[in-house]
Amino acid sequence: MATIVTRYGDGSVLTMTEEELKADLAAGTEDAAERGEIPVLDQAELDHIFDIFKTPHRFIGVEPGREVVLSYDGTPLKMMRAQVNVDRLQCLQIYEKLLGADTLEMGHVDYSFKPIKPIVTFEQPLMEQVLSVTTAPVFYGAMPNLGLYSQPDGPFPNPSQLMPEGKVAEAQAAYEAAVEDAVNDIVYVSSAMVEAGADAVILDTVGAAGDADMLAGLKATEILTRKFPGLCVELGMAGEFVLGMHGALAYDGVRLAGMYAHDQIKLAQKAGVRIFGPVCNTDTNESAPWNVARAVTFMKACCEIASIPVHVNMGMGVGAMTVHDHPPLDVASRASKAMVEICRLDGL
Amino acid sequence: MRAAGDLVARMQIARGMKIAEAKAYVAGKLGAAVSDLTDPILMSEAREELKLGVLHPAAGTPKCMEAKCNIARLLEIDINCVNRFKANAGL
Repeated sequence: MATIVTRYGDGSVLTMTEEELKADLAAGTEDAAERGEIPVLDQAELDHIFDIFKTPHRFIGVEPGREVVLSYDGTPLKMMRAQVNVDRLQCLQIYEKLLGADTLEMGHVDYSFKPIKPIVTFEQPLMEQVLSVTTAPVFYGAMPNLGLYSQPDGPFPNPSQLMPEGKVAEAQAAYEAAVEDAVNDIVYVSSAMVEAGADAVILDTVGAAGDADMLAGLKATEILTRKFPGLCVELGMAGEFVLGMHGALAYDGVRLAGMYAHDQIKLAQKAGVRIFGPVCNTDTNESAPWNVARAVTFMKACCEIASIPVHVNMGMGVGAMTVHDHPPLDVASRASKAMVEICRLDGL
Repeated sequence: MRAAGDLVARMQIARGMKIAEAKAYVAGKLGAAVSDLTDPILMSEAREELKLGVLHPAAGTPKCMEAKCNIARLLEIDINCVNRFKANAGL
């Protein structure tokens, strides 16, 4: 019987028998189904993922005709992080011309809406210049990052300190105040960048600080799409479910805490989001096949009800990718192929 | 831009089209088969002919804002920076 060489979620190498591979695929989809209260993958889908992992090739691609487009987050930061000293404009030219990117995304090194607000007049001319030297659509991206609104970094009392003191009502009030400020900042910065010519806006890692963070993303989207009819807002999530840090926040009467991707997308569509980027977290203690089966189960449930394009987040630690700055191509290509072909994705 | 990925992405951005619809729409506008959209040879030829911008543009050929003007016209979509360019240039 063949031995399958794969990896754990942390990237370390793992060998499995075919029986162990099948068992991990079944366990992964069952874990997602139980948590999300969604269907498991059917046998044909599990067999498809099995075949993907059984192939001995180092790299594997999608079947012809199944190709999708890619959108990005934090694009200009990737080269800086690797200490390749190019400015953001050149970085995006490299992405377009040398890396074949379908879309481009400009963002600031301090990739949150709050710190960009006072310097947005420096971002606008760069966006105009980027648009003059590129052809692919250019998004402007940043994070709501509600944590920045809590003391000592921000103006409001820190819920993380209030909660352990039993001051729940005060903590919730602090979250609610932070939402209002964050919405103002997101709308202000995004408006400025749209006025500079941006093709679209990305709200990245929405939900990172919990349900208040997600509420800020949804409310900001609603305002922006009313202010700029036709504006594309891509909402990229931070995690696979919304943490109930506040616990009682709702959008359109639906409580946000605890929502998985298949419920998140319903609210995203109501708010006016045009492209949705759901997330499934990678478990570093489980195998790549386990993680892929689990992630595909969650994303399939989301895609089946989506009326807007879904670009699943697949990068370090999400979408079954290993938790590593440079995910190994053997896992990255297998996870991408499974995700695109089973979920019938619109993009990654 | 090696093929037609940016054009398909523009239909998702402009009209929220799902991938199959976006591919069919772009293929129709290019006069190509959907299966041609990922062929870099065929798409380079189509992009040169329709002046949509290519990866290795020759001097004097449409690129960047010029190409985007042509993309907006061909795909019948609004491109924000194109509209602003035209407004600012009095076009």
